[in-house]
Amino acid sequence: MDIPYTVEVRRDTGLTNGKIGIWLFLASEVMLFGALFASYILIRTGAPTWPRGDTMLNVPLATVNTIVLISSSVTMVMAWASLMRNRFGTFRIYMGLTILCGLGFLVIKYFEYSAHFHEGAIPSTNNFLAIYFTLTGLHGLHVLGGMAVNAYFWGPGAKLWKTNPTWFTNRVEHAGLFWHFVDLVWIFLFPTLYLL
Amino acid sequence: MSEPTRPAAVAAPKPHAAHEVHHEELGFWRKYVFSTDHKVIGIQYAVTGLLFLLFGFSLMMLMRWNLAYPGVAVPWLGAILGDSRMPGGTMLPEFYNELGAMHGTIMVFLGVVPLAVGGFGNFVLPLQIGAPDMAFPKINMLSYWCLFLGGITMLASFVIPAGGAAQSGWTSYVPLSDIAGGGQTWWLVGMIFLITSSLLGALNFITTTIQLRAKGLTFMRFPFFVWAQFVTAFLLLLAFPPLEAAGVMQLMDRVAGTSFFLPSGLVVSGQALTNAGGGNPLLWQHLFWFLAHPEVYVLILPAMGIVAEIIANNTRKPLWGYRSMVYSLVFLGFMSFIVWAHHMFMTGMGTAMAAFFQTTTMIISIPSVVILTSLIISLWGGSIRFNTPMLFALAFLPMFGIGGLTGLPLGLNITDIPLHDTYYVIAHFHYVVAPGTIFGLMAGIYYWYPKATGRRMNELLGKIHFAGSLVCMNIVFMPMFIVGLAGVSRRLADGGASYDFAQPVLHWNVWSSWGAWTLGLFQLPFIFNFFWSIWNGEKVTENPWEATTIEWSAPSPPPHGNFLGVPEAYRGPYEYSVPGAPKDFWPQYEV
Repeated sequence: MDIPYTVEVRRDTGLTNGKIGIWLFLASEVMLFGALFASYILIRTGAPTWPRGDTMLNVPLATVNTIVLISSSVTMVMAWASLMRNRFGTFRIYMGLTILCGLGFLVIKYFEYSAHFHEGAIPSTNNFLAIYFTLTGLHGLHVLGGMAVNAYFWGPGAKLWKTNPTWFTNRVEHAGLFWHFVDLVWIFLFPTLYLL
Repeated sequence: MSEPTRPAAVAAPKPHAAHEVHHEELGFWRKYVFSTDHKVIGIQYAVTGLLFLLFGFSLMMLMRWNLAYPGVAVPWLGAILGDSRMPGGTMLPEFYNELGAMHGTIMVFLGVVPLAVGGFGNFVLPLQIGAPDMAFPKINMLSYWCLFLGGITMLASFVIPAGGAAQSGWTSYVPLSDIAGGGQTWWLVGMIFLITSSLLGALNFITTTIQLRAKGLTFMRFPFFVWAQFVTAFLLLLAFPPLEAAGVMQLMDRVAGTSFFLPSGLVVSGQALTNAGGGNPLLWQHLFWFLAHPEVYVLILPAMGIVAEIIANNTRKPLWGYRSMVYSLVFLGFMSFIVWAHHMFMTGMGTAMAAFFQTTTMIISIPSVVILTSLIISLWGGSIRFNTPMLFALAFLPMFGIGGLTGLPLGLNITDIPLHDTYYVIAHFHYVVAPGTIFGLMAGIYYWYPKATGRRMNELLGKIHFAGSLVCMNIVFMPMFIVGLAGVSRRLADGGASYDFAQPVLHWNVWSSWGAWTLGLFQLPFIFNFFWSIWNGEKVTENPWEATTIEWSAPSPPPHGNFLGVPEAYRGPYEYSVPGAPKDFWPQYEV
């Protein structure tokens, strides 16, 4: 049995099930990161001293990472737009680039983390590092999750294109919404942790 | 700029014609265990929830022994539970704390929520809106198995070598829980599974309600139960993530040695902690209650929904004030996000904050009163059928009423402070949740059992179950008001026996305990009835209660895909006793 409105839109809502589902999921994600940002504000305002981010963290590397993630959002849109134009080959290229950007982000993050650990700066050192590692770690897990979904649509999931291109295009769009959200979280994380 | 046009190959959605004719028979595992059918998942949820309710209740029956007869040994229990818990049959306070923390956790997160939301939501909601299944059947299955893993983690924490299950209360207040034994880490991991399960379920319910409702079923034609589940799902979706964030931070505190919740200069058992410090214990309380207050409504709203269905059906009248009930429900859901700190008046938050939160708390009591009053007025002038579901639904009204009214002094700063740490609070919220919510859920089980199995549960056993439960619930909880008003703390393993001032009320503890054990006995007819009726109950057709909502147009039990035709709604949900109609009920659907 097939579930209605998986592929076609319901006329009175103008939406597919997946579109509503992904937005609801993102709403819960906003609450998750929102709670962590609120905790950051509470702990910071209660602290007698708080280090400036740029004295403890590597701002140039994080700037590169910001550019990498924003680029990956662009390629993600291009991947979806290629499907809308019925160009599957271009989709593969852009989706591949998106995944590589995600990988690049994590590699740079790995160098940052290992430099911190090398200096003995670990989560238990102080609450700045505690919230830094918690927020960036959780964000990193989201990047990893997004990459896994994207890799699925680049590889085995792409079979759906042959049987039901509309559905496949929609699913890539939903994966894209998640990917942009992960990008957006970083856009908030970067100034909050590194610059302020 | 023109809109991007889709090439023909993409534009037309291809119907899965090939899939529809091709119906393969699923094997046992896919059909009954790893099923994606909402009805099977709903029953899995409900049975899991009922088993955990029984288990959580058993923990309490054990605790009640030490509260009534503190220090008196039960040798055979000592032999079963071992020297680390009950040496020689005398309960250690640490074990009492384990039982207390896990009783709360299990009853709320593994008992009532899986039964009320996972069970009834999954089984009834798609049927009531005329949907073939949930919008995301695979996510639905994943949601159940996350709950299952969370349950296994919680159960396993009792037997791990590192000092037993969590002991810091169901609220897991820091810094105590930060420095507690290994069971607390298991509690956190278990909670993360349970939160994931609830989130996946919630987005599924919302999407299903918006997208898969039958043709003609506008929002104001929803049965009240659908509205209740819809609002509940939003609460779960938006309130649970902050607790997940708090859980991650507490996990970091315990595993990575951070100090999110550990203030500077903390001394434990004469030893200064070596943590970096600088954390804020109140942060945990804020994040916890930001979830746990909406959670109170997650516990109560589905039960209100069930009771509304049953009252309309058995008074053979439309619900009085359906629209005001719906508006109250939505308003209540919204307000539940800004009342949480009334659980924290004891923290000395200052009068400005306290004034804000006690004002919102008084405001949120209005919609609850509107709903309860509408339900009571709905009884007026009805020719009531007193069957088992209706008896439970009727008992819900005064029991929830007592729970709600006794909550008012707790919502006001000045009266909360002397009452907060006493048994009064236990009595108050158990009146809401035990004879309140659980009676609502029991009513629902008796009411929709025929839909799930094609057979009715035995009425005589049901009435014995009802009468015994109603009397015993009051014997358990009414004395707690007296004990609480006498000032006895709710956190003592001996029930107050070590305090002189508590001596005049201690005999009430014995009443509560015997009430609890007798209540346990009165659940036996229900357990027997539940299984016996699967094979021996009276056979019924698709609409045994002569009800109006769409789930009663499906066969009992409904097949895969639920309906024989395509259901359509033609009118409101409670068209009972319509003047001039041939029968006293006029269903939403046409056959």
